[in-house]
Amino acid sequence: MSTYRIVHYINQFFGQIGGEEQAHIPAEKRPGPVGPGLAFKQHFGGEAEIVATIICGDSWFNENLDLAKKTVLEMVREEAPDLFIAGPAFNAGRYGVACGTISDAVKTELGIPSLTGMYEENPGADMFRTKVLTVATSNSAAGMRKAVPAMAKLALKLLKGERVGASAEDGYLPDGVRRNFFEKKRGSARAIDMLLKKLSDKPFETEYPMPSFDRVPPMPAIKDITRATIAIVTSGGIVPKGNPDHIESSSASKYGSYNIEGVNDLTSESYETAHGGYDPVYANKDADRVIPVDVLRQYEKEGKIGKLHNWFYTTVGNGTAVASAKKYADEIAEKLISHEVDAVILTST
Amino acid sequence: MVKEIERAGIPVVHICTVTPISLTVGANRIVPAVAIPHPLGNPELSPGDEYELRRKLVDKALRALMTEVDDQTVFDS
Repeated sequence: MSTYRIVHYINQFFGQIGGEEQAHIPAEKRPGPVGPGLAFKQHFGGEAEIVATIICGDSWFNENLDLAKKTVLEMVREEAPDLFIAGPAFNAGRYGVACGTISDAVKTELGIPSLTGMYEENPGADMFRTKVLTVATSNSAAGMRKAVPAMAKLALKLLKGERVGASAEDGYLPDGVRRNFFEKKRGSARAIDMLLKKLSDKPFETEYPMPSFDRVPPMPAIKDITRATIAIVTSGGIVPKGNPDHIESSSASKYGSYNIEGVNDLTSESYETAHGGYDPVYANKDADRVIPVDVLRQYEKEGKIGKLHNWFYTTVGNGTAVASAKKYADEIAEKLISHEVDAVILTST
Repeated sequence: MVKEIERAGIPVVHICTVTPISLTVGANRIVPAVAIPHPLGNPELSPGDEYELRRKLVDKALRALMTEVDDQTVFDS
């Protein structure tokens, strides 16, 4: 029996090169499995092997999408694998986008089957779940022990050309492709079960989720910016030095509102970032690089804008649940409206 | 956050580096930024040039706020 050849893509963190301070490193290729690849190896049971691992910095990939795609594709092509696996990326946004982008490219441009894994709220999931099989994982690397066997099982199915089951059977995010299978109970019985659960306020799972197209229509443009009050909001975690409200570096449980009356420039003495999802060196040195207080203050003086709102609102957008972000934004919006703010500049890292 | 604030009735311009994420999330006015750890700066430039770079991005953001859009729009020029 011949062994199937797999190329595995991981980021700098799982490649054990480093954290955010190494997120800028370009792609490199190493022979054999690295990091999570070793766990995959156990689950392949000798039927498949990871012949090479591509390690790439998350920021480098996302900031140089075209070049990154080209570079990694070439590395994959050289190995001529039977399958490509990226991740799992859990809820790491840039890593998820990288995994989705590259698996999609390997599949469409090289014609090699590919597979990735991530948490359903990862932005990469929405972008690529209909293009690449994406195994549903938990939101943090603590879920590695569950994610690897699920991905390995699906990988072997793809390699052997076995039929992929429905998303609920094989544990991947719904990809919009219908796969028929026989339920053990007939429809009427399942519907009654669901109804009974619903009536008794118990959780139940619909078999036909309605698609959600949550789009907000654009608000009208600002007619006269020279009379407008502009507020700054950020998910980049800029806070007064010392992070007085202890906003968490990831999965933030709160946001902060900070007064910048009379502040013309953010300095390293008084501001820093609480964000744990990017290299903080540049923001800690000069937080204007994340929220442009200096320019907007100058524009206020020059009369180019009406006013810079005296408060800025900030949270850490690192693995933060969508429901939390929504809640913070609702509260922030209420404050903005009560202060008669006309427009918002929202910055993200 | 962009979407919820806009839903509340305030126009928002989203300055961010990974614009595909912003499009997926549903921002309506998007201005591409410089880099993930320093969206509105570039530590390799002199302080004067860096300020100028930031000023241009802010100009673009203000222009986006002054522009009527019917759909998601990336202001990249």
